[in-house]
Amino acid sequence: MQKWLWFLPFLFVQAVLGQKMILEKSYVSFFSKAAIEDIKAENTESVSLFNISTNEIVFSIPIKDFKFDKALMKEHFNEKYLESEKFPKATFSGNVSGFRKEIKGDQSVIAKGKMTIHGVTNEIDVPGSISKDGEKATIKAIFKIKLADYKVKIPQLLWKNIADQVEVKIEFFYKPQ
Amino acid sequence: MGFLITSITGFAQDDLLKELEQTEKPKIEYATATFKGSRLVNGQTVEAKGKGELEFIFAHRFGAISSGSYNLFGLDLAYVRLGLEYGITDNVGVGFGRNSVDKTMDGYVRYRFLRQTSGARNMPVTVTAFVNGAIRTSPEQLPAGQIYSDRISYTAQLLIARKFSSNLSLQLMPTIVHRNAVDKTVENNSLIALGAGGRYKITRSLALTSEYYYRMDVKDGNQFRNSLGLGIDIETGGHVFQLVMTNSQGITERAFIGETTGDFFGGDIHLGFNVTRTFQLKKSK
Repeated sequence: MQKWLWFLPFLFVQAVLGQKMILEKSYVSFFSKAAIEDIKAENTESVSLFNISTNEIVFSIPIKDFKFDKALMKEHFNEKYLESEKFPKATFSGNVSGFRKEIKGDQSVIAKGKMTIHGVTNEIDVPGSISKDGEKATIKAIFKIKLADYKVKIPQLLWKNIADQVEVKIEFFYKPQ
Repeated sequence: MGFLITSITGFAQDDLLKELEQTEKPKIEYATATFKGSRLVNGQTVEAKGKGELEFIFAHRFGAISSGSYNLFGLDLAYVRLGLEYGITDNVGVGFGRNSVDKTMDGYVRYRFLRQTSGARNMPVTVTAFVNGAIRTSPEQLPAGQIYSDRISYTAQLLIARKFSSNLSLQLMPTIVHRNAVDKTVENNSLIALGAGGRYKITRSLALTSEYYYRMDVKDGNQFRNSLGLGIDIETGGHVFQLVMTNSQGITERAFIGETTGDFFGGDIHLGFNVTRTFQLKKSK
């Protein structure tokens, strides 16, 4: 009688740890619109884990892998504004609410959690959509990031070149781990 | 049992982030922006332009402060070099320019063949090879006893730099300058020199720079001096302004490395500036 009771905690742990999905492909872009110059960059090197049983999600974006049309813009972005040598990644860790893994097709969801950029962490709510198709899932979201919230300082001389809010677009394509 | 489950879920988010970090393979991290531009004070840095980038360089040197108040401490005199440099690839650049000192025209190639990296692969330094050819077009008439090729010189440098931190970068410049024609009583045709310099960033956009070229094997009676330059780099948007103080008047390698006449600590200091403006001609990605 006593022996099989010892297995119970392991069964619960397995249910809790759940089923995880990892990224097959990723696309992150940000866009800043200002009077003199539009700034756009794309990154396809993000990594993420999405636990569809517990609805926990984490992702990490390596800052040095953002691609720009202008080499000088990329250098300033890394060297001066995001200081990517000190803070090489932007990370998010949180929970997705409104998602049910049994449903096929698009579902509107909200991810709530901690976003850390440039060494500064803020609690954010990101609305997005998840589409589950068989074994695979796709997450898409568009949200705005205020640069001051993450202590990204824009010199006054360049206020016409850089907006104080940037629009971030995320498309993550998951497969089972 | 219930307590065991809730404490497991509580830690799970941080664990998920740690698990994510563990799945990441170690990457090669390249050191970038070792210097703010392609010029240290008078001479070159290891930096290469990005692919498709065009840099316009305007370099200006006043006369020497020691020329006194009548000459407005050198401000009355001006020596200028105008130049362009283009990045053929992220590591190979070509450039040309003209310096008003001796009306010298120069053309060059720079090839960054080693980059400083950390992470998955370690390389302690960035190394760029720099080769230039220069021709003095002044005086217009060839002096007696000279042939046209006497006006030509070649410089080859190995620029070796390390970015020690986001604020400090240091560079060594073993150099050889070959002059087709020199006064052989006080000079060798081939001049070997070792340059050393660095930059120290004091704010995101401001840096202090220094550069010294030590000539080796100098003959007795040689009237020239080693080149010393100190500067402040100011960076805004697409421009870098370098305010400099140097005992060198010329801005081509042959001139400042081999033919500096000023005594820096005797007051023969030329104030000057380099201004660079970068344009992206072809998209870099």
